[in-house]
This record gives sequence, C-alpha cells and structure tokens, in this order.
Amino acid sequence: MVTLVGILDLARFQFAMTTIFHFFFVPMSIGLGVVVSVMETIYVIKKDEMYKKMAQFWGKIFILSFAVGVVTGLIQEFQFGMNWSEYSRYVGDIFGSLLAIEALVAFFAESTFIGLWSFTWDRFKPGVHVLFIWITTIGSAISSLWILAANSFMQNPVGYAIDNHMGRAELKSFGALLSNRQLWVEFPHVVIGTFVTAGFLVAGMSAFKLLKLKKAHPEIKFFRRSMNVALIIGLIGVAGALVTGDQHAFDLQSMQPMKYAAMEGVDKSITSSERKDKAQPWSLISVTNPDTHKVIAHIEIPYVLSILGNHSLTGGNTVGTTELEKEFQQKYGKTHSDIKDYYVPENTLFYSFRVMAMGAGGLLMLGVVALWMNRRKSKLILTQRWFLWILGVATFVPFIINTAGWLVTELGRYPWVVYGLMPISSAVSPNVSAMSLLISNIVYFLTFATLGGVMVWISRRALHAGPYAEEEEVESPSDPYDHLAKGVEA
Amino acid sequence: MTILEILWFTLIGILWAGFFFLEGFDFGVGMQFAFNARDQKDREALYQAIGPNWDANEVWLVTAGGATFAAFPAWYASLFSGFYLMLFIVLLGLIYRGVSFEFREHMPTIQGTHIWERLIALTSFLVPFFLGMIFTAMVSGTPIDAHGNLSAGFFDYVTPFTLVGGIAVTLMSYIHGLNYSRLRIDGNVRVRASSQLKYLYPVLLAGEALFAILLFFYTDFLQTKTLLTLIILVVIVLTTVIGWFLTVKKQLEALPFVLSGLTLVEVVVLLFVGLFPRVMVANNPLYNLDIMNTSSSPYTLKLMTIVVITALPVTLGYQIWSFWVFRKRIVSHKVVE
Ligand code: HDD
Ligand code: HEM
Ligand code: HEM
Repeated sequence: MVTLVGILDLARFQFAMTTIFHFFFVPMSIGLGVVVSVMETIYVIKKDEMYKKMAQFWGKIFILSFAVGVVTGLIQEFQFGMNWSEYSRYVGDIFGSLLAIEALVAFFAESTFIGLWSFTWDRFKPGVHVLFIWITTIGSAISSLWILAANSFMQNPVGYAIDNHMGRAELKSFGALLSNRQLWVEFPHVVIGTFVTAGFLVAGMSAFKLLKLKKAHPEIKFFRRSMNVALIIGLIGVAGALVTGDQHAFDLQSMQPMKYAAMEGVDKSITSSERKDKAQPWSLISVTNPDTHKVIAHIEIPYVLSILGNHSLTGGNTVGTTELEKEFQQKYGKTHSDIKDYYVPENTLFYSFRVMAMGAGGLLMLGVVALWMNRRKSKLILTQRWFLWILGVATFVPFIINTAGWLVTELGRYPWVVYGLMPISSAVSPNVSAMSLLISNIVYFLTFATLGGVMVWISRRALHAGPYAEEEEVESPSDPYDHLAKGVEA
Repeated sequence: MTILEILWFTLIGILWAGFFFLEGFDFGVGMQFAFNARDQKDREALYQAIGPNWDANEVWLVTAGGATFAAFPAWYASLFSGFYLMLFIVLLGLIYRGVSFEFREHMPTIQGTHIWERLIALTSFLVPFFLGMIFTAMVSGTPIDAHGNLSAGFFDYVTPFTLVGGIAVTLMSYIHGLNYSRLRIDGNVRVRASSQLKYLYPVLLAGEALFAILLFFYTDFLQTKTLLTLIILVVIVLTTVIGWFLTVKKQLEALPFVLSGLTLVEVVVLLFVGLFPRVMVANNPLYNLDIMNTSSSPYTLKLMTIVVITALPVTLGYQIWSFWVFRKRIVSHKVVE
C-alpha cells in the first residue's frame, strides 16, 4: 500500500517541476515580447531596416519560447483538477473564476495576435503590424495579472467567506481579490522580473555572438545595437525588481512572518531595544539545523536588517521562527490538529532569497558596466573578451533568480496551500493512484528535458546562423485564382 | 436549479463545441501530414493553412477547462482527477503537437523536420481520440463515490462504446480537416482531399449508426430523453449525408466545411443534452453529479456572466477578423496541366 504521503509528495514534486519549467519560458516570452515590441517600434519610428531585422531575429526566439510556454501552461491549467481536486473543490469558487477570466481576456488575445504578427510581416503597414506584437505582449502581461491574483489569494486570502454547509470557501468580493495587497507587490515584481530575464538573455546571446564574429564583420553593429536595447530594458527591470522586492520583503513581516524569519535566518526574536546599537544585524550566511530549527552558525552584518525590515538605520522587531511556531500552535492548533508544525524549510528559503537579491545586485553592476563599455563611440567591449564571456554566462542568471524567487514564495507558504485556511495535505486528489502520478512525473520530466534541450539547441543554431542567414524560401501564400483557371480539377 | 447554472452548463457546452469546430479541423489538417502529403511542399502548405490559428483554437479548450473550474468546481475536480491518465495522454499530445509546429522549421536536415511532422500527425490522432473516449466514458456511467471522487483504472474506461466514440470523433475531425484543406489549399492536397472524402463519408455514416446503437446500450439517453436524443441523432446523420452530397456531387467547398464542423458540434449537443442536468453520470444514481451540487456560488456565477458578456463579443470579433485576414488560398504545388 502506498500511503497518502507518497501521493502528496509526488503531487508536490509534479507541481514544482511543471511550474518551474513553465516559468522558465513565461518570463522569457513576456520579456522578449517587450524587447521585440520596442525593437519594432524603433523600426517604425526610425525606418531603419536593421531594427526590423532585429525584431524578426529575436522574434524567432520569442515565438519558440512562447510555444513552449503555451504547452507547459496547458499542464498547469488542468493540474489543479488532476492532482489537487480537494483544493479545487474547496476554493474553486474563487480560484476558478480567476483562471477562467485569464483564458477569456488574455490567452485568446495573445494567441490570436501572435499568429497575426508572425504571419503578416509583408501584408500590413509597419505602423499596423507593430500593434500586433504590442497586443500580444500586453496580453501576456495581463494574463500574469490574473494568475498572480490567484496566487496572491493563496498567499494572503481576502474577499472570501467560509460556507460551512457547502464545506468550502466562497467569493464575497471580487474587488478585494483584485486589490489584494500581495497582488500589487507580486504582480509588478514578476512583470519587471521578465524585463530582467529577456534583457540579459538578449544581451548575453549577443555577447556570445560578438565573441565569434571576426573584426569588422557587418553583423557586429547589429548585435551591439541589440545589446544596448536589451541592456536598457534589463536595467529598468533590475531597478524595478529591487524596489518592488524590497517592498515584498517588508510586507512579509506582517503577512507571513514565518517566511520572513526563515528568509533572514532568525530563530530567536531580535528586539532592537535590547541591543546597544538599537539596530538589527543581517545574516550573510546562516545554517539552520533542520531538525531542531535552531541556527547553528551565522555571519552577521550590523544594521542591515533594520534597513530592510524597518526602512531605517535602527529599530525594527524581527520575530524568530521558534516564537512564531509557538504562536501558530496556539492560533491554529485547535482547528488544524493535523498540522505537526509550522516551520518552513529555513535553509532553502535563506539561500534562495540571497541568490535572488545578490543575483539582482550582480546583474545591476554588470548591466551598467556593459552599457558603458558598449557605448556608441567606443570599441572597448569588442576587445574585452573576458567581459563578453561574463555577460554571456549571465544569460542564465535571471532564470536561476526567478526560480529562487518562487521557491521563497511557495515553500515559505508551508504548511498551507491557502495561507491560514487550508493545509497542503488536505488539498491533494485522494483518488489518483501513486502509480499514475509516478508515471506522469517521469514522462513529464523526460519531456521537459527534451523540449528544453531542443529549444537551447535551436536557439544556438539560430544565433550561429545570424540575422541575415538565407532561409530556405517558404512558399508564400499566393492568390489561388490565378491557378484556378488552369483547371485543378482536371 | 437556477438560470445561471443552466446558462453556465450551456456556455461550457458552447465552449466545447467551439473547440471541436475549430481545433477539429486543425487536428484534421495535422492528420493529413501522414495521409495527404506526398512531399515537403504539401506539408508546408498544410502547416501554412493552420499556422496562424492553431494556438487560438486551442485556447477554446483552455477556456472550457477554466470555465468548468469557475462555474462547477466540483465537476472540474471529479472529471480531471477521475480521468487522470487519459487526460495526461491528451496533454502530452497537445504538448508535442504544439512544439512540433514551431520546431519543424528550425531543423537543419529534412530528416529532422520529418521527426516533428510525424509527431504532428501522431498527436493529431491521439488527442481527438482520447477526448472522444473521455466524453463517452463520462456519459456512460463511472464509479463515483459519495464524495464525488471517481476511482477507476485506465482500462475501466475502455469499452466498445468509448472506442467507437473515440474513433468517431477522430474521423469527424479528419473529414473536417479535409474539408478545410479543400477550402484553404490549392493543388494536389486539395485534389486528394476530395477523393479521400468520397470514401470517408460512407464510413462515417456507418460509424454513426453503430454509435447510435451503442448509445442505447451504454447510456440512458434514449430511455430518458427519447425524442430529443432521436432528433439529434437524425440531425447528425442528415448533416453527414448532406455534406457528402454537396462534396461529392456538387463539388462545393465552404458549405461542406461548415457541415462537417456542425457534426462535431452536434455530437457535443447530443452529449450535453443527454447529460442535463447531470454533469457526470455515476454508476450509483444517488451519487450523480449535477449542475446543482457542483456549481459555484451565485455571486461567482453572476460575476463570470458579466465577464463573459463583455469579453466574448470582443474575443469573437478579433478571432473572426483573424480568419478573414488568412482567408487566401495556399498553393501546395505547381498545377499539373
Ligand atoms: C507571471 C506569469 C505567469 C505565471 C505565474 C503562470 N503563467 Fe501560465 N502563462 C503565462 C504567464 C504565467 C503567459 C506569459 O501568458 C504564457 C507563457 C507563454 C505564453 O504563451 O503564455 C502562459 C501560458 C499558459 C497557458 C497556455 C495559454 C495558451 O494556450 O495560449 C496556460 C493554460 C497557463 N499558462 C496556465 C497557467 C497556470 C494554471 C498557472 C499557475 C500555476 C500559470 N499558468 C502560471
Ligand atoms: C510559475 C511560477 C511558479 C513557480 C515556479 C512555483 C513553484 C512552486 C513550487 C516549487 C512548489 C512546490 C512546493 C513544495 O515543495 O511543495 C509549488 C507548489 C504549489 N504552487 Fe506554486 N509556483 C508558481 C506559481 C504558482 C501559481 C501562480 C499558483 C497558483 C495560482 C501556484 C500554486 C501552487 C500550488 C497549488 C502548489 C502545491 C501545493 C504546495 O506544495 O504548496 N503556484 N509551486
Ligand atoms: C534585491 C532584489 C530583490 C529582492 C529584495 C526580492 C525580494 C523578493 C521577495 C521577498 C520575494 C518573496 C515574496 C513572497 O513570498 O511573497 C520575491 C519573490 C520573487 N522574486 Fe524577487 N527580489 C529581488 C530581485 C528579483 C529579481 C531580479 C527577479 C527576477 C529576475 C526576481 C524574481 C522573483 C520572482 C519570480 C518571485 C516569485 C513571485 C513573487 O512572489 O513575487 N526577484 N522576491
């Protein structure tokens, strides 16, 4: 007999795997949408053919990421019913509506207009054609609003009431769902994060290409300009992510204090008033024993946690995980006796958070230097091959940052699937066999490995071929009526 | 039973019908990668014919799923967890199909391209077949317990009825796709499509007759809603016959395409009418899921109704416009004179 724990673990693994994979392509396609839209807009304004080529070239990568994003999204849409049927029954009244609205107002628009965009380069005036890519991009951004509203509800449930007769949560105020405090830090943070992803992707791929190109190759200009457009978008993204991320962390103190304490590696509460400097130290490195939940070792930097948590040099009050555990036991112990403890995976949260924040810091510096080295008048960037290498490797950093961010958000919600309302353990489908889950996990894994591999391979080849590569001519649609007269039926 | 519950049951039916009408032909075009393409030009023409639209067509499925989640969460939960492995195959099919459309043109060798094109053909068969099986299994009674949980193995769903259901939906999609090719593609693809249709229509008619007989044994449709079910069955057969006649005898194109889409729509109508007001048929009638015991709160239903009324006209508007933009015929071959 397989116990329910087996099912639960497999379902969680599947959710983590499929969403992480989905979210490799989501920020890539939203962000590339922005980059390509900007490039094509420059073309429309300046009428410089190079920017048209640019939009088409990066547009290829955009379409590929979009396609993989779409097909992995399909899994997500059905996964709630397949693996989390109890969850779907309990909060479907609230959650389902957001998913349906997303499909209706966003997915239709993105998918229709991306089709129009990619098949009509020669059929519409540039000024009209560029609208298609903008609608696609805005459509994807709007789609993230709805799904993040759903996620924000799970992080910070609002606008609902429990109906004991039906045994479920019911929507009471749609307005409250959409004005959720969590949503209005999460949505900007995620969308701006997509700028980072695509910005550094395009900059990094351009850097790899510049490494390959011989001196005075005509494509050098193309990739240097691409890099500039991308870096500006990427830097706007990093700056925005810093501001919104800071607000995110600040809010957590009141919304999900356990997550905040774990992120900062605080087991015993720190009260500033008890300290000489009246400030709170911030851990650069910290190791927590996963069994006792005690911090075993840490390296501290004074003042920093006051700056982050209190937005001031001194003061602040960080409640530690051990204290929160006691508090939660008291608060939820009676209604949720099945929950053993309220600790979250401290080390994962701590380091994921540092990966994200420090990654952002690194990208910020890298981006600024790159933009300076790549300024119009200078050839500096072409001679500093080591720098191009760093920039190239940085292509992958935003993907790691994004995943780290979601790990903080989602693992830090433990043990709740809907914070304070529904524990993860009671959300899983009871009727799906462990074998089914195992099979689907394995097949999804292999599928993702294949798709990811092919995607990277194709992108590399496209980059290698360059924007001016002669493609085998695709038979263009032509007017049938010229041929009709010649008697097809004959 | 409230008006809103009935409205949403109907809307979900409409979304499924829309999905089968639209994605039906692009499944059918996908299958032609195997059976109606002799060379690369043919395959390129097939791709061009659905390239701009397949994704938007698929969103009808996503929306049908989302709408079920929103309006009847308990139906969504039972259906998707209950048909886990079948749905998993459908999803896999859609995954590989979707990426194949994009990957195929990026392959360095023709052999590479063929891999993805074979996948398009294979998955275009699999998806409608398994969707057909899921739908027919759903209406023919399943082991649902008091809590609405449906536990059954993969092979519990494999009955003569579901097999015929799966094949029928696949064949209807193929015919619909052939009609679409005749409408959108010029040259040999079109010629071959016409000649295949000549043989396929009678096969479909035989299939429909078999389906009607099995419907009697595997569902209660003909017992409880005799007249309505009979009328719809007759309409399905008539639609097919007229389509056959107009295609083969009159050599028309647009009308047969509409008719082959309509047969798919009518199958959805048949199933939804037979179900109503149930949404899942349990072996033990006490545990039937219906629109009353699975629906969302009145507030959510009202909210969703407002959203649909505002969003749907706009959505339909630009989708229709997109089909209009891509109305021109695609040439697959120099015409043989
Ligand atoms: C922040 C953004 C974001 C997040 C957190 C998610 N998605 Fe996503 N999703 C998108 C942003 C997005 C997108 C940008 O709109 C995609 C990716 C590429 C694309 O084509 O659309 C998309 C595609 C996409 C599709 C395919 C749409 C189509 O056929 O055009 C579905 C069904 C979903 N998603 C559903 C989900 C679900 C149920 C999620 C929750 C677990 C989820 N997505 C997380
Ligand atoms: C796309 C970005 C996302 C990523 C990368 C992500 C990541 C994760 C991860 C890693 C887990 C597993 C935690 C565990 O080990 O149990 C998880 C769980 C989960 N997430 Fe997310 N998540 C994302 C978005 C969302 C969204 C938008 C929703 C809902 C709208 C959501 C709902 C859930 C649910 C229901 C679970 C399973 C229950 C649980 O284990 O907590 N996730 N997610
Ligand atoms: C110093 C900079 C940053 C800080 C302080 C920061 C802070 C945070 C915090 C506190 C969370 C958890 C929110 C929650 O659990 O509710 C989070 C989540 C996340 N972060 Fe960051 N972040 C930073 C930079 C970035 C960058 C550059 C990216 C993307 C490239 C990014 C992507 C994400 C994502 C995708 C999530 C999960 C979704 C969410 O909850 O918003 N972050 N971030």
